[in-house]
Amino acid sequence: MKDILEKSREIQKKYSPFITIADKIPDKVEPRSKGRLSGIAISVKDNICTEGIRSTAGSKILDGYIPPFNATCVEKILKEGGFILGKTAMDEFGFGTFSVNCAYGIPKNPLDIDRSCGGSSGGASCLTAASDFPHIAIAESTGGSISCPAAFTGTVGLTPTYGRVSRWGLIDYANSLDKIGCIGKTVKDVALLLSIISGPDEYDSTVLDLPAEDFTKGLKNDAKGMKIGVPKEYFENVDEKITKVVWSAIKKLEDAGASYKEVSLPHTKYSLPAYYIIAMAESSTNLAKFCGMRYGLHLPLQGNFDEYFSTVRAGGFGEEAKRRIILGTFARMAGWRDAYYLKALKVRTKVIEDFKKVFGKFDVLAAPTMPVTAPRFNEIEKLEPIQVYMMDILTVAPNLAGIPMISVPCGSVQGLPVGLHLMGDHLQEKKILQAAYAFEQVKK
Amino acid sequence: MTDYWKIDKELIKRVASNARLKLSEQEIEKFTKQLSDILSAFKEIDKVDTAGIKPSFHPQEIKNVFREDKAKEWKWQPLANTKHKEGKYFKGPRIV
Repeated sequence: MKDILEKSREIQKKYSPFITIADKIPDKVEPRSKGRLSGIAISVKDNICTEGIRSTAGSKILDGYIPPFNATCVEKILKEGGFILGKTAMDEFGFGTFSVNCAYGIPKNPLDIDRSCGGSSGGASCLTAASDFPHIAIAESTGGSISCPAAFTGTVGLTPTYGRVSRWGLIDYANSLDKIGCIGKTVKDVALLLSIISGPDEYDSTVLDLPAEDFTKGLKNDAKGMKIGVPKEYFENVDEKITKVVWSAIKKLEDAGASYKEVSLPHTKYSLPAYYIIAMAESSTNLAKFCGMRYGLHLPLQGNFDEYFSTVRAGGFGEEAKRRIILGTFARMAGWRDAYYLKALKVRTKVIEDFKKVFGKFDVLAAPTMPVTAPRFNEIEKLEPIQVYMMDILTVAPNLAGIPMISVPCGSVQGLPVGLHLMGDHLQEKKILQAAYAFEQVKK
Repeated sequence: MTDYWKIDKELIKRVASNARLKLSEQEIEKFTKQLSDILSAFKEIDKVDTAGIKPSFHPQEIKNVFREDKAKEWKWQPLANTKHKEGKYFKGPRIV
């Protein structure tokens, strides 16, 4: 165990995946050594509460916050003998695609330290790629924050169906979109962790009332009989070399017994504005509770409550958080609410209908995870906010629809990994895991 | 007809005040330009015909969940994370 801690500190020096590294691991682990996660280090994204371990969601406004309780998923991990290795870096509250909006250090891509690990679960993917000891990461996705970092670092990222995993203990970004999931080195790793963290919970009223399943069971080496839909809209504006790699991956699945056909999801391009409007509207209400009174950043109590709260929030939130608060508040204001928020929710219905139509005929959808490979930090600096948002074009629609998705490494372009994105209908995690597992086997 | 997709400095100031967020002049200037760009891209959703379409507040239908209204033992210390407290209470800024 000590070895793992030392290695983690080494990794931290090189790539900065952590916001906090736990220091009292060994004595906590021993008594629980018989569970399914026995001996496996689990890192937790910093927006998920861990009892006694600082949890900041990557934001200065939560500086010094020590949760007095564990998130449900963390409790479940501890019960299975897993131990919490530390808290991983992220874009503040999940607001970002490249893990550069970080109040506590930017994680660097282990494949090339001048490049991004992807976001917002960048620390989780960074540590997964850099570690050589048994480790699986707890990550979280609102609009692509698991798939994107998995694609950029050559790791496997699983985002479950909305409501599959309890959100109790998650520092919310957008309640109707947030999903706790996992990043691991293999499909089996993420299937194992999902089996443990999913299931009903009396503390989350939106969690689905379904018994916990073992997602590692029954994974076959082939994809016989599997019908794959390839949405044509997901190849528009994608780097040509990435398109080629992804198509060759789809052909490999065909070799493994699957059949494929091109399909259309006509509302794909509208999912981006719809997603951002909904996500910002929800996040602006969630961030209202951070005001320097009960936890996190405190200032001397000066001025009336309007002045005090406004000053604390001005100093505690980063630039992207401020932009989203402004846009989100605006989208909910009387006079604009119908044109923005309500309209976006209706477009969301159309996006969900698109998916439902194709899942009537296909088991999984296959597409590239991201339109680009991991960009350099000096390229990211030059992007305007709207250009950053556009990078999420392939991940926002499935997130908006709350369907499960998995990104598996499927090749590379100029030495940088490319992700194959496999999406399934609501609650069809088994199908996407099967497709991803079969692909992993034929790729070998 | 009102153009819902236009934003200016005055509107940003009003929204920031609603959101209890103090912005510097520089930030207001920068956000006005950036948010205008964002909104002109988002305007795209106007092209979707949503007549008669119901809004999806959640990706799947959510059911109400009920439990017995019974007090539970709570082990947490609600004041453990604050610097602003007096006795058993949070201490907040003055109202006026």
